[in-house]
Amino acid sequence: MPMMEEKNTAMETENGEFRPKIVAFCCNWCSYAGADLAGSSRLGYPADVKIIRVPCSCRVNPMFILRAFEKGADGVILCGCHPGDCHYSTGNFYARRRMTLLFSMLDFIGVENGRTRVEWVSAAEGVKFSTTMNEFVEKIRSLGKNVRLEDLRCRS
Amino acid sequence: MQELIKRAKELLADGTVVRVLGWKAGDLPYNPEPAYFESEDALKEFVYNGFCGANLSKYMIEASKLEGKTLVFLKPCDTYSFNQLIKEYRVDREKAYIIGVGCKGKLDIEKIKAQGIKGIQSISGAELTDPCETLTIQTLYGEKTCAYADGMLERCHVCKGKEHKIYDELIGDSKDTKDADRFALVEQIEAMSPQEKFAYFQKELSKCIRCNACRNVCPACSCRKCVFDSNKFDSAQKANADSFEEKMFHIIRAFHVAGRCTDCGECSRVCPQGIPLHLFNRKFIKDIDTFYGEFQAGEDSTSNGPLTSYTMEDVEPGIVGERG
Repeated sequence: MPMMEEKNTAMETENGEFRPKIVAFCCNWCSYAGADLAGSSRLGYPADVKIIRVPCSCRVNPMFILRAFEKGADGVILCGCHPGDCHYSTGNFYARRRMTLLFSMLDFIGVENGRTRVEWVSAAEGVKFSTTMNEFVEKIRSLGKNVRLEDLRCRS
Repeated sequence: MQELIKRAKELLADGTVVRVLGWKAGDLPYNPEPAYFESEDALKEFVYNGFCGANLSKYMIEASKLEGKTLVFLKPCDTYSFNQLIKEYRVDREKAYIIGVGCKGKLDIEKIKAQGIKGIQSISGAELTDPCETLTIQTLYGEKTCAYADGMLERCHVCKGKEHKIYDELIGDSKDTKDADRFALVEQIEAMSPQEKFAYFQKELSKCIRCNACRNVCPACSCRKCVFDSNKFDSAQKANADSFEEKMFHIIRAFHVAGRCTDCGECSRVCPQGIPLHLFNRKFIKDIDTFYGEFQAGEDSTSNGPLTSYTMEDVEPGIVGERG
């Protein structure tokens, strides 16, 4: 599909500058509302961030993160309620342990760990959401394209 | 071995158990396989020697669903897996009569072959009761010898100890064969640069032929429905579509048993390609130990696992980056 290809290249580079693909898993109750607040407060964050809404940060299976990378993401960020504020009481505590182990494993097999991040963002923290995303996009931009984990079928 | 058979016959005869779960001789002198024995007569085929590395705990999941009690022979390290399965309600303690068998370290035929010993016809010295420290191997090219310790499985060099964690009776003496640090290689890899780490795992994991033996043999990996059986999983097809598939498979396999893996080493033992799969499990064990406190899965059959509990003060995932 030549048209798709052109579109992809256009997305990835703008004026010769690398534009990363970033997947953000946001919990429905805090971070997604935080993103909403960032929007209604007219706080900007790059369009490279694609938000996927999940019921709770602990809904995120390690496989979601690996698949996101496999399908061509350059960075993956998980946002949830602050520990102790989970809508389901304890979800994010479990998510925190799982993600710590997963990130450590990714580091172990040689994937730069700057590509994964967990941030706790409450519904009132529109500013934090916007600054976190800006920082993360900047970080991924400096790391460049993720060539170690991607599925070759998804590129070009 | 005779003692085990004698005791098994007694238990079958007095009706304590209706079947025996043990090992029988395979088609080669070094590959005994797990087997059920339902009569005294069948026990003729029973063997127990240095090549009986197979962990029988997983077979007890099936045996727990059968009528009557099963006599099972467990080595010290197998009892950890059994405890873990009790904790997860996968095996029924009431349906098992456990004889803790002695173990002086189990042998790895690949390690013996790697010493240039080919054309093996028979091996002596692998019996538990043999006091000798060397194996005498009859080959097509004459008699060869090999030190017992040099032929041992990797997992036996990092032995968890000679103590059985759960049993009804004990037969035979065990030996603690630990002579290496189990996290040595994990630490060595951690110290590498990201490029080196990546190259190391790329080299090891590209050998994977997706036979799923590591999953099938693992006592912890025993879900009735498995994600790897899904057609939608990316490594469902045998041909590689991209280089990440094996890494994904192995990360997920290890992750699904993280906090429940007793480090029994069966995955590495059965891998036909010789991939050091225990590295993934040990990396998780090491992280759990450092972040959430020392934990040995299967030590008991009641405590909460590290991934099914939490504390308010747990480290943030960002520590991975800060640690460097």
